[in-house]
Amino acid sequence: MSYRNLAVTELVERARTGDNRAVGRLLTLVERGGPVADQIAELTHPLRGNAHVVGVTGSPGAGKSTLVGRLLAEWVAQGFRPAVLAIDPSSPLSGGAILGDRIRMDDVVPEGTFVRSMATRGHQGGLALAVPGAVRVLDAAGFSPVVVETVGVGQVEVDVVAAADTAVVVATPGMGDAVQANKAGLLEVADVFVVNKADRPGASDTRRDLQLMLDLAHVTGQDVDEHGTYFRPEIVMCTATSGDGAAATIDEIHKHMAHLKASDGLSRRRALRVRAEVRSRAERILMDHLDRAISESDLLTDADPNPVSTAESIVSRITGND
Amino acid sequence: MSETTTTDDAETDRLRIVLAKLGLDGHDRGLKVVARILRDAGMEVIYLGLRQTTSSIITAVEQEDADAIGLSMHNAGHLTLGPKMVKALEADGIDVPVIIGGIIPPDDEQVLLDSGIAAVLGPGAPAEEVARAVREAVAQRR
Ligand SMILES: Nc1nc2c(ncn2[C@@H]2O[C@H](COP(=O)(O)OP(=O)(O)OP(=O)(O)O)[C@@H](O)[C@H]2O)c(=O)[nH]1
Ligand SMILES: [Mg+2]
Repeated sequence: MSYRNLAVTELVERARTGDNRAVGRLLTLVERGGPVADQIAELTHPLRGNAHVVGVTGSPGAGKSTLVGRLLAEWVAQGFRPAVLAIDPSSPLSGGAILGDRIRMDDVVPEGTFVRSMATRGHQGGLALAVPGAVRVLDAAGFSPVVVETVGVGQVEVDVVAAADTAVVVATPGMGDAVQANKAGLLEVADVFVVNKADRPGASDTRRDLQLMLDLAHVTGQDVDEHGTYFRPEIVMCTATSGDGAAATIDEIHKHMAHLKASDGLSRRRALRVRAEVRSRAERILMDHLDRAISESDLLTDADPNPVSTAESIVSRITGND
Repeated sequence: MSETTTTDDAETDRLRIVLAKLGLDGHDRGLKVVARILRDAGMEVIYLGLRQTTSSIITAVEQEDADAIGLSMHNAGHLTLGPKMVKALEADGIDVPVIIGGIIPPDDEQVLLDSGIAAVLGPGAPAEEVARAVREAVAQRR
């Protein structure tokens, strides 16, 4: 039977009863966007079961996927049912992509876990809609934790991780990763630091660099949020290839969740997440209006339109402040 | 709420293909070349690499909702492994074409096609031919 002809309602029902093919199909439809994706969002929204969303980021090749594979195996051993969304960049030239995260998890990932590779597909705004939609499908299908792996280079990727319940930043020895993480704004979003490739020389230096930067952030008050909540991220030494440090990483992820629950942090983070998604959706709707208004505008048929006043007039028409 | 259609549309669809080497042998240099060819043709390649089994490939196809499977074969296992993959997919009701690449003797090629393999590509197949074989194999199933 082909799942391509199943109605969305049927797919959602199947996804709820452990049918991974239905989950896979729903994720494709969410990624594609449009009215079908909206319908899936409406259907899965009330079905969420409070999945713990864990963002994992760090520079290319830091060992994120290898680590995530270890985390999945450990979570399964502890009785959880985890899933991962592994995001890789699309080629700007062809729009295609080689999605190579899964191969890194393959050796250790046990049955019962769900791994989905996702390409950024050029338009960054698309990711901002597709990721929350995909996380919601996995949540509705009963997976938790739901891990989102992204490469920590672009702002959108950082935002994706920042919108998780718990953000894990992976650094490695000898690449100035600690400094890079600081520059990329990852230091502020990190809830857990992992120094991966601890089997390599320089790992303790990386740890010390991170510690210094966290100390500095503490002195300047950067690590206290607007509600005065202070959480100092732990630094875990890890060798993902052997699995050393995976259990300790999970302990820290769970401790962070406990901290969120003990304060009002969890509800505040989730409120932020909803806000970000609503904003992305609203932005898309506005952009559609804008594109239409511009293509239909008689103002632009002028030989020499004034850019300032023309832009203002077009926006006024959309917002009805004519 | 009204039911919206979810069937595929060639225009909005980006083809996703699982690439793997079935069996225990060898290296994956050839497979990596194919991965780049398909990426450059605008497809999303889920790269599984070496030492895959029919069941690990099926798991990936389900979770990744792949449109096609590309298998690389180099040491004469193709006559058993190729049809085995097709049968395993049929048993699970998964209607996804399997394309085999590698050094396949001409006689065996027909045997594979008869067993349900969608296309067979030689090691020197030009990029356009590889991409076209995937597109056509997918189009035939829809
Ligand atoms: N020595 C050493 N190598 C590691 C370790 N963890 C991962 N690697 C290697 O680092 C390389 C990259 O690992 P991945 O897990 O693919 O890294 P990634 O951060 O997911 O990479 P991208 O998704 O491409 O950014 C692989 O060759 C791994 O085997 C480790 O703890 N020690
Ligand atoms: Mg990776």
